[in-house]
Amino acid sequence: MTAHFPSRPVPGAPEVAAGPLLRRLSIRQFRNYADLLWEPAGRLVVISGANGTGKTNLLEAVSLLTPGRGLRAARTETLARTPDPTQGPAPPGTAWAVAGRFSAGDGSFDIATGAPTEGVSARRILWLDGAKPPSQTELAARLAVLWLTPQMDRLFSGSPGGRRRFFDRLVWTLEPAHARAIAGAEAATARRNRLLAEGGADPGWLGGLEAELARHAVAATAARQTVLQRLAAATPANSPFPAARVTLRCPIAERLRSAPALAVEDWLRESLASARREDARAGATGLGAHRADMTLADAETGRGAELSSTGQQKALLLGLILAHAALVTAERGAPPLLLLDEPAVHLDRSHRDALFAALRGYPGQALLTGVEREAFAPLAGAASALRIAAGALAPDPAFPGPEPRWRL
Amino acid sequence: MGGPEVEALIALLAKLPGLGPRSARRAALRLLQDPEGRMVALAAALEAARRAVHPCSRCGNLDSRDPCAICADPARDGSVLCVVESVSDLWALERSGVHRGRYHVLGGLLSPLGGLRPEDLSLAPLLARIAEGGVAEVIVALAATVDGAATGHWLSDRLRPFGVAVTRLAHGVPVGGSLEILDDGTLATALRARRPL
Repeated sequence: MTAHFPSRPVPGAPEVAAGPLLRRLSIRQFRNYADLLWEPAGRLVVISGANGTGKTNLLEAVSLLTPGRGLRAARTETLARTPDPTQGPAPPGTAWAVAGRFSAGDGSFDIATGAPTEGVSARRILWLDGAKPPSQTELAARLAVLWLTPQMDRLFSGSPGGRRRFFDRLVWTLEPAHARAIAGAEAATARRNRLLAEGGADPGWLGGLEAELARHAVAATAARQTVLQRLAAATPANSPFPAARVTLRCPIAERLRSAPALAVEDWLRESLASARREDARAGATGLGAHRADMTLADAETGRGAELSSTGQQKALLLGLILAHAALVTAERGAPPLLLLDEPAVHLDRSHRDALFAALRGYPGQALLTGVEREAFAPLAGAASALRIAAGALAPDPAFPGPEPRWRL
Repeated sequence: MGGPEVEALIALLAKLPGLGPRSARRAALRLLQDPEGRMVALAAALEAARRAVHPCSRCGNLDSRDPCAICADPARDGSVLCVVESVSDLWALERSGVHRGRYHVLGGLLSPLGGLRPEDLSLAPLLARIAEGGVAEVIVALAATVDGAATGHWLSDRLRPFGVAVTRLAHGVPVGGSLEILDDGTLATALRARRPL
């Protein structure tokens, strides 16, 4: 991956890179963390520890500083800390909070989230610099986060919904308004489904919802299509990871290839109006951005990801994420924060080496977790290392290489 | 702290929009520290407002007169009706001073998930006003949300038989905004709402 981010000599790895760097993380009553205050000092951070100690929870906490449901796509009411997991989940309304301070080229900013008060709804709240942000788009424009987790190993054999969420996050980091289009399309679809299920709805009302559904669905599809094209163009030819070819499978995208967006909106609105009876019977809306699927294939061999081995899928995904991170860096002028949970698992030696070489040259920040610290040995000297045990972090003096940079 | 009367006062204040428990406590303290100067006057004003203020029978605005001052003002242009979701939207538009016509408060937005249906909105008085004649244009000034847009669409459907012009607030390029920074959805909306130069 040196083609993506030029490697820098290890001793000269920059302490401060361009783009937002997580400088301080505070976690309270979240998952297995009672109260944690951590000040990562490095650009690359390796966190190792046994299973169940809270490595993924830490990354999930950071992922929740962006809009959406975080790297586990978990429901808000399941996030509060449970003092005794054998007694089931925390009672409803239990408060939890995560706060991050980020340094950027032109200063610093704070993002916080949580379910802060007992008795309020289960919706989590996000704050930017201590105040409610004007929109989620504003937050997404401030901080871009990409992640890779072991759960994503099954991305290409799993449901289309999982793939849509993954690709939509890629789109979102480049087109922050995409989140609003997706949310609008989902809201209009849910309302239309409800009206159709109840029966006898006012046609004017249904028509209004279908017009909104069409407007948002076409905007979301156009953004997906544009980002996939930019991603294909940005993927370097000499990458050590297989180049991924992503294809959007969706009738809206098909039409957008040959017709202007406003004409596609008209077509979608009319199609939805004529499918009301059928959709009422099915209990679902058969057309829309929510029905799209994406396929990923090795661009060279044409082999679909779902037919590839677990290791090949992981290499494809990593190549895609690193290519996307390079595209975000080029277009936004700031690299995204990478959260890589067990990134080395399933990779062969050459791909592991390529991953670590890419990370050494990465201009942004990356938080990496793994059970075995030895797996990250190639990052010795470039990364600070921590051990995690039962929701507490400690410096890891056993990490091979020079004294890591860390502060607690 | 302060007894049940103080707690009840704080709890009631905290239910008002814009006041959380902390600001409600500050407001209660300010009232309690000057009972004669502030509290009695506030209680009297609340009681007077409760007795005098009612929804306007024509437009739904809140006023001590019926019809309200806006509906009764002969200088207002009765040929242009602006439909808003709530009285607070009406007051916001009045503060801007841009609309010189009259209003109609719909009383909510259609919401299948929130349980608000056509029969829950104040549509009949609006249709009756239009049927009386003299209305040439209805401006739909509803929120730029899925429910707001769907309600606007539904309303325009209902108004079609009357032959009045139905317009809505423009969405799109913000004042001072540059095209290259706009997302596709906003650009498409702006393009649809284009106007002759």
